[in-house]
Amino acid sequence: MSRYFVDRVSRRVVYIFGVVAFLILVFIAIFILKESLPALKELGIVNILFGAKWYPSKDTFGILTMLAGSVVTTLLALAIAMPLALGCAIFLAEVAPPHIRNIVRPAVELLVGIPSVVYGLVGMLILCPVIARLSGTGSGSSVLAAAVVLAIMVLPTITSISEDSLRAVPARYKEGAFALGATHWQTIHHVLLPAARRGITAAVILGTGKAIGETMAMVMVIGNSPIFPASIFRPARTLTGNIAVEMASATGIHESALFTTGLVLFILVLLINSIGLLAYRRRA
Amino acid sequence: MINLSPKFTQKLAWSSIWTAGVASVLILLFIIGYVLTKGLSAISPEFLFTAPEGGLSGEGGISSCIVATLWLILITMAILIPLGIGAAIYLAEYAPDNKFSRLIRYSVELLAGVPSIVFGLFGFAIFVLALHFNYSILAGALTLVCLLLPFLMRSAEEAMKAVPQYQREAALALGATKWQTVVHVILPAAMPGIITGITLCVGGVVAESACLYVTMGGSAAMPTSFLSGGRTLAVHVFYLAMETNALDKALATGAVLIILILILNFITRWLSQHFQAKMSGGI
Repeated sequence: MSRYFVDRVSRRVVYIFGVVAFLILVFIAIFILKESLPALKELGIVNILFGAKWYPSKDTFGILTMLAGSVVTTLLALAIAMPLALGCAIFLAEVAPPHIRNIVRPAVELLVGIPSVVYGLVGMLILCPVIARLSGTGSGSSVLAAAVVLAIMVLPTITSISEDSLRAVPARYKEGAFALGATHWQTIHHVLLPAARRGITAAVILGTGKAIGETMAMVMVIGNSPIFPASIFRPARTLTGNIAVEMASATGIHESALFTTGLVLFILVLLINSIGLLAYRRRA
Repeated sequence: MINLSPKFTQKLAWSSIWTAGVASVLILLFIIGYVLTKGLSAISPEFLFTAPEGGLSGEGGISSCIVATLWLILITMAILIPLGIGAAIYLAEYAPDNKFSRLIRYSVELLAGVPSIVFGLFGFAIFVLALHFNYSILAGALTLVCLLLPFLMRSAEEAMKAVPQYQREAALALGATKWQTVVHVILPAAMPGIITGITLCVGGVVAESACLYVTMGGSAAMPTSFLSGGRTLAVHVFYLAMETNALDKALATGAVLIILILILNFITRWLSQHFQAKMSGGI
């Protein structure tokens, strides 16, 4: 085989491989939409999206409670994670001496690698009993437990992108502030953080996308009752959990309704991440 | 409003920032420490080498889960590695700077953010139902390939882009074809970064649960081929904790998972440091 022939063939092959990721994205959209169609046709998009009742035995499939469950859990998780993640990012970018940074950064990165089910397990065994004692009722499986677990899981995402953005601020800004007599904290507060705000916004949005898609850990600590998250001490159910909990037993229109749940989740995450990526690109 | 001196606010801010930094390490140590101290004592050769009873019983060990996890790693990587590296070669070396390439790059980034359970639904619809692989290790592996592809592509592309331009020019000037340049110059130079990416993806297979929960069927029996169903260690933890309430066994399995993740993490770190030293040390 001539090397020119190999060159031509491999050019085609890597081109095909390169397009696969795009095709997967398109196929996901097509297949999930296709499987959702029976439920969408029979029940109507409005009834599914804004229906507050999910009774598979009575063919009633409204996902509003789960949508609320996902949104409330995610927002609460962000509120818990934000101060910690931003503090951590400033610590890594500006404050920590190199030898401490070399401990903290790998630790934060390792948090990404820990399996979702391990977070769920630790949440079940440690967090839920504490919350049960605090609230005085129930098993402790609750929105609060889910939010705390989720906060730890999105911590690395928000921390690393925020640190990145803080480091991307040109050194002359910092030097300018120092030259004007600002303390290090004044420089961080009034110069670095405002200059990095787009990147930090992107970090929070991308963290939101990750949080809303988390599944197994949520199923393990949130209690999975398809009810409105009226209190943070009560159980709820997320969109992701709805799919995971019922997929094994679902058939027919019920299965299709679970695919519709997935479709809503897919569109929601694509929207959030598109905005996040846009913000990330414009951070400079 | 109270007027605080800059010196005082600096001290206040510093202590909060240090607290945040130290807290993140403590959280990690707490999770790892808790699972290891509670789980390690239940790990024995018997636990590792007997099969779980499955069903509503929490009895037995984890041998079939270990085998299913290994099968899954093997099949996923066999497909993912050529596909991911090939796609990265296209993006790093061949893709022209036009709208189409930007579309592909953008879809890689979007794909990386799609939730695991959505990949699970997709895998269920296409591999389990449409292609008739049923609940199987193969269906799980193909779903994981889709899930992990963007991560391997990104790390491999980054590694190739870091190869200095003059190395490409030198190879081309010696009369090598573009493909020869890729195979004999760029890939070897980018190998440390690519291997790091591969190790991270193996970690992803070990840690993943949601998309496998709906594509592999969760049978506790020993898998006999890649077409049998099964449950990985991570999925086994979920079943033990949620369906059988065998929390001690769940912790023991969790400890095995943590040890695997720590080993993979250590390998990644060692590789990147080893290669960095090798590449910058000689000169």
